[in-house]
Amino acid sequence: MKIDLARFHATFFEESFEGLDVMERGLLQLDAGVGQGGAAAAAVDPETVNAVFRAAHSIKGGAATFGFGGVAAFTHHIETLLDEMRGGTRRVSRRGVDLLLRALDALRGLLVAARDGAEANSTDAAAAAAVQRDLEQFLGAPQAAPQAEPARPASLQGAGFQIRFAPFAALFRSGNDPLMILRELAELGRTEVELDTERMPAFAQADPEACYMAWNIRLHTDQPRARLEELFAWVEDECELEIDPLAAVSAPAQGMAAVAQPSAPVLQTLTARLVEHGAAESSSIRVNTAKIDALINLVGELVITQAMLAQNALTLDPAQNERLLMGLQQLDRNTRQLQEAVLSTRMLPIEAVFNRFPRMLRDLAGKLGKQVRLETDGEATELDKAMIEKITDPLTHLVRNCVDHGIEPPALRAAAGKPAEGTIRLAAAHQGGNIRIEVSDDGGGLDRARILASAQAKGIAASESMSDAEVWQLIFAPGFSTKEQVTDISGRGVGMDVVKRNIQALGGHIELESEAGRGMRVVIRLPLTLAILDGMTIAAGGETFIVPLNCVVESLRPEAAQLKSVAGQGRVLRVREEYLPVVALHDLFNIGGGAAGEQRGIVVVLEAEGRKMALQVDELVGQQQVVIKNVEANYRRVFGVSGATILGDGRVALILDAAALVRSTWRAAAA
Amino acid sequence: MSRILAVDDSASMRQMVAFTLSSAGFDVAEAPDGAVALQMARKEKFKLVLADVNMPNMDGISLVRALRALPDYRFTPLLMLTTESGPEKKQEGKAAGATGWLVKPFNPDQLLGTVRRVLG
Repeated sequence: MKIDLARFHATFFEESFEGLDVMERGLLQLDAGVGQGGAAAAAVDPETVNAVFRAAHSIKGGAATFGFGGVAAFTHHIETLLDEMRGGTRRVSRRGVDLLLRALDALRGLLVAARDGAEANSTDAAAAAAVQRDLEQFLGAPQAAPQAEPARPASLQGAGFQIRFAPFAALFRSGNDPLMILRELAELGRTEVELDTERMPAFAQADPEACYMAWNIRLHTDQPRARLEELFAWVEDECELEIDPLAAVSAPAQGMAAVAQPSAPVLQTLTARLVEHGAAESSSIRVNTAKIDALINLVGELVITQAMLAQNALTLDPAQNERLLMGLQQLDRNTRQLQEAVLSTRMLPIEAVFNRFPRMLRDLAGKLGKQVRLETDGEATELDKAMIEKITDPLTHLVRNCVDHGIEPPALRAAAGKPAEGTIRLAAAHQGGNIRIEVSDDGGGLDRARILASAQAKGIAASESMSDAEVWQLIFAPGFSTKEQVTDISGRGVGMDVVKRNIQALGGHIELESEAGRGMRVVIRLPLTLAILDGMTIAAGGETFIVPLNCVVESLRPEAAQLKSVAGQGRVLRVREEYLPVVALHDLFNIGGGAAGEQRGIVVVLEAEGRKMALQVDELVGQQQVVIKNVEANYRRVFGVSGATILGDGRVALILDAAALVRSTWRAAAA
Repeated sequence: MSRILAVDDSASMRQMVAFTLSSAGFDVAEAPDGAVALQMARKEKFKLVLADVNMPNMDGISLVRALRALPDYRFTPLLMLTTESGPEKKQEGKAAGATGWLVKPFNPDQLLGTVRRVLG
């Protein structure tokens, strides 16, 4: 039967990557155990070692079965080391765990290359080769990778064999049946079989579960003796077995020459194999994201068409058009469900990002001589794949900051009465239509005085009278960094301003809280997807615009006394104790008419990058979700506009770029 | 018609074994570890059990020992799927009551050959 092993590859890779995660978690646990004082053995849980071993063992077995010899050979070394740790012949040491973690990374690279049917790129290949050398060295003498057992020399070749096969009485109890063996012998050549019933008791005394028979067999064959031994291998301890050559012609085998060729270098073998096996997936299929995006776009169009129909239907007489209106309602529901379903194909659990951190933290903490524990929560929270990709860098930066700047060295923590080990917490959750991601630590918190001093030294506007929240905002100013010594951990202070900008570009918010000596917390709020925006619809001079709802603080109808003109700074609006620069939307886009320059109309207070402004408009129309269309790709970049959408009545509305508006307004006010 | 039970903690190996055997016309049940397999074997008499050695919860050797102790399985062929080419595991398995073994990696043809040999 021809069975293409490629059909099992998808499952193999899926479980192997899971296996790698199990191994990594286990190794990090072992690492933590080893780290606790010198008395290593006490803190090492044997079941953890076992679980890691089993995962490696399964990867090796699967790789060998499904044709990835290179992966199997490489994993063999990992397995050997783990087996020694498991068996107690080798102590679980920090060095060993380090080596295993490195080997894990290399193995991941090999598996990825195998999965993608690509050649392991040269860096991966070199890394794998280096780790393999280190593993071999660590293990002692270089150990050969498992190979198919060397073909045994065909020691005796001749006319055949005289065989005496006398099973013990208990043979049946192992599930073996002499008949099978005799049948198989008959397949090797011509047999002359003689039944020996000498041991057979009288029928009345016979135990029906015992085997009393024995056989003398002459087998005429040119098969080697090894083939026979293989045939009897399962029962060799459960029988008397004699095998003698029929014609005692003994000749040294020619087979010797072919014994055990040294295996080709692991990675070469791997690459060669890879080309043969394309990836085929069964339970899940891979789809080019461009196709999904096209689908999302089409659904977006459908949503618009549906909204258009719904709007036109408002003018219809409900009594006369009952069935049509019911149909439209149904269409509305179906469209929404379709939209949700299509968007969900792009959703991934945030675990994909969180999983990078345990390892990163371990390496960082090691470098900095700190002790850090990671807590995660809400890993299953799903968000858009594009969002996951874009949030990875900012989150990485925040977590690094926590280790580098937040968590104090163990001695300092102990002096402050805190546990020597610091805790960093990553949590994600759905909140309303948003995702809330929290990064917090129990370190020293932000240092108000130092931030102020540093800001002033760098020419960033700052004063003692600023509230704490305002001081924390200074961290987000371009070029800000309080560390005198730039470390290679948090980089050169390009940090937080870039983090903030990236998050705002995703339509998100970032907030910061801090308590001296207790730690700090960064909260990020992101929309669920990049394709849809929660917007406030506003009108100015007969045009309709959308303001991202996450930037709207409030809207109000200002009284004359609240609006003031300040010489050289344009107009300001007093809202409670704050003075906000005011800009009329009409002026921004050169739209005639409307409330420009007058106190009539409505003001929408926008906040972005920690600063507020007041935008004067004619009317608030409502709130709605809009499908974002790219203006830049379809036309060109327009100042103050982040995108466009098509309204229910078919007209195009521009989506305002709140951050850009706030920035330019403040620049103008400061000039 | 009685079924074959394939026990392995690796989903891809189970899939391979099950697919190969069912393509050849056998009915196959699957279990992810020894404990589940033992439970299933208590409810249904399988005509052949193929068991991986290294598994969580209950390993293959303990499974073989437990199965052999069941009246229904005194003579049933129990095969170990083992990656150890060394003699220790095989001997340990034989001592526990295994009929024989199949050394991983094996291909579908080798698997079928062995199963046909055992089932006649």
